[in-house]
Amino acid sequence: MDFQTLVFFFLSAILIVASLRVITARNPVHAALFLILAFFTCGGIWSLLQAEFLAIAIILVYVGAVMVLFLFVVMMLDINLDRIRQGFWNYLPLGAILGMLMVLEMGLVLGSKYFQVPAADVALPAGISNTKSIGALMFSDYVYPFELASIVLLVGMIAAIVLTYRGPKKTKYTNPNQQVFVKAKDRVRVLQMPVEKD
Amino acid sequence: MDAVMNFGQGIFGGIWPGVWTLIKIVLIVAPLMLGVAYLTYFERKVIGFMQVRIGPNRVGPLGLIQPIADGLKLLLKEVIVPTGANKGIFVIAPMLALAPALAAWAVVPFTDSLVLANIDASLLYIMAITSMGVYGVILSGWSSNSKYAFLGAMRSAAQMVSYEISMGFSLICVLMVSNSLNLVDIVNAQHQGRLAGIGLGFLSWNWLPLLPMFMVYLISGVAETNRAPFDVAEGESEIVAGFFVEYSGMAFAVFFLAEYANMILVSALTSILFLGGWLSPVGFLPDGIFWLLAKMSAILFLFLWFRATFPRYRYDQLMRLGWKVFVPVCLVWLVVVGCWMMSPLNIWK
Repeated sequence: MDFQTLVFFFLSAILIVASLRVITARNPVHAALFLILAFFTCGGIWSLLQAEFLAIAIILVYVGAVMVLFLFVVMMLDINLDRIRQGFWNYLPLGAILGMLMVLEMGLVLGSKYFQVPAADVALPAGISNTKSIGALMFSDYVYPFELASIVLLVGMIAAIVLTYRGPKKTKYTNPNQQVFVKAKDRVRVLQMPVEKD
Repeated sequence: MDAVMNFGQGIFGGIWPGVWTLIKIVLIVAPLMLGVAYLTYFERKVIGFMQVRIGPNRVGPLGLIQPIADGLKLLLKEVIVPTGANKGIFVIAPMLALAPALAAWAVVPFTDSLVLANIDASLLYIMAITSMGVYGVILSGWSSNSKYAFLGAMRSAAQMVSYEISMGFSLICVLMVSNSLNLVDIVNAQHQGRLAGIGLGFLSWNWLPLLPMFMVYLISGVAETNRAPFDVAEGESEIVAGFFVEYSGMAFAVFFLAEYANMILVSALTSILFLGGWLSPVGFLPDGIFWLLAKMSAILFLFLWFRATFPRYRYDQLMRLGWKVFVPVCLVWLVVVGCWMMSPLNIWK
C-alpha cells in the first residue's frame, strides 16, 4: 500500500464518520460542524485526484462562506428536537425512496468500469494548471451554460431580497452615509466672545 | 546544503523528506512566534510613544523581556471552563483560530526559492485557508454560553464574511494583471515593464496601477484581523472583550497569538501582492528577503498607527463601508482593469 492509498483511506474514514454524524448528532450546531468537517475532508480527497481547483473552491465557497452563514442561522434558531422527531415515521417511506435512488445513482457512477463506460484518465502532465484549463473551458465551450447558471444565481439573489424586504421603515432611523460625511462646521458654531471689561 | 541533505539521508533514510519538511516548518513557525511576541512589545511601545507615554520599561533593558514575562504568566494561569460551556468546542475553538493563521504560511514565498510549498494555486489556497479563521471566533462565542461572547461572535462573523468579498475582488484584479495564481509568479510579474527597466522598480509594482485595490485590500485586511478601528468583535467598551471574554490563561493567549499571526500574514500578503515582495525598489540595490521584512514592518506599523489614531467604527457604519463603498469600488475597478488590459495601453504584457 503506497502513501497515497493510505491518505485516501484516512480521509475517507473521516469523511464517512463525519457524514454519519451529520445526520445522527442531536445538537444541530454539532451536526453543522460535522458537515464542515465532511466538506473539508472532501476537498482533501479531490486534491488527491489532482483537482486542486475544485478542492480549494469547495473549501473557499462552502466552508469559508456558506457554512459560516449556515452556522450563524443554526446558532440563532431555537430548535425543539422532539417536535422535529415527531413526524419521523410519516416521512420515512419518502426518505427511504429518495435514499435508495441516490444509492442507485452512486452505484451506477462507481460501477462505470463494470458497465464498460470509459473512465476519464486523471493523470495530468506536469505544467498544466488545473485552474487555467477550467477557466478556458468555462469561457469558451461552456460559455452559455455558465452565463445561464450565473443568471439563475442572480435571480435567486434578487428573489431572496424581494422576499425579505418589508418596505420602507416607518420609524426614525439614522443614515450612516450622511453621518460620516458630516463636517464640524455644520454642527458646531464657534463664537468670538470679547472679554468683558468694566 | 548538500552536506546537510546527505547527513539527514544517512540518519533518517526514507523518511528524510518528511523530516526535512518538518524542519522547514519549524524554521518558519519559530521566527513567526517570536515575531508575534515582539509585535506585542512593539505595539505597546509605539502606542505609548503616540500617546506620550513610555510603554513597558521595567522587565529587562528597555522592557525587552516583557513579552516573555507575559507569555510565562499566561502559561501558568488556570484555564477556566465555564459550567454551562460546550466543553469540547470550547477547547478546540482557540486551535481553530490559530491553525489557519499558521497553515497559510505554507505557501508564502520569502524569496524566489525560499518557499515551503511552491504550488500553482497558492493565492486560492491562502484565500481558502484564511476564510477558515472565522470558525474559531464563531465557535468560541457560541460555546462559551455567554451573551457578550455570542454578540461578539455574531458581529465578527458578519464582518469577516462581508470584508472577505471586497478582499477577494481586489485579489482577482491582482491575478488578472499577473496572469497567475502562484505567489512567486505574482511577485516576478511586478518586476517588468518600462519603469522597472530604467531602475525605478517601485513604480512598476501593483500598488500604483491598482491603487484603489491596494487601499481596499489594506483596509479589508485590518477588518479581517478584527483590529482597531474595526474591532467591534472585541469592543471592550461595549461588550467587555467580545468572543473570548470567557477564556483565560493559555486558551486566551492562543487567541492573542492568532490575532497577531494574522496581522503578520496580512502584512506579508500585502507586501507580496502589491509592494513587490522581496524585490528591491530601485535598480542599483540587490533583491532579498530583507526587503520583504522591511515592507512587512512598515505595514505592521500602519496597523498600530491606525489603532492609536482612529476611534472604533459603529457597527452599521462598518457594514456600510464594506458593502456600499468597497464592493462597488471593486466592481468598477475590475471592469477598468479588464478594459485596460484589452486596450493598446496595456502595461502588463
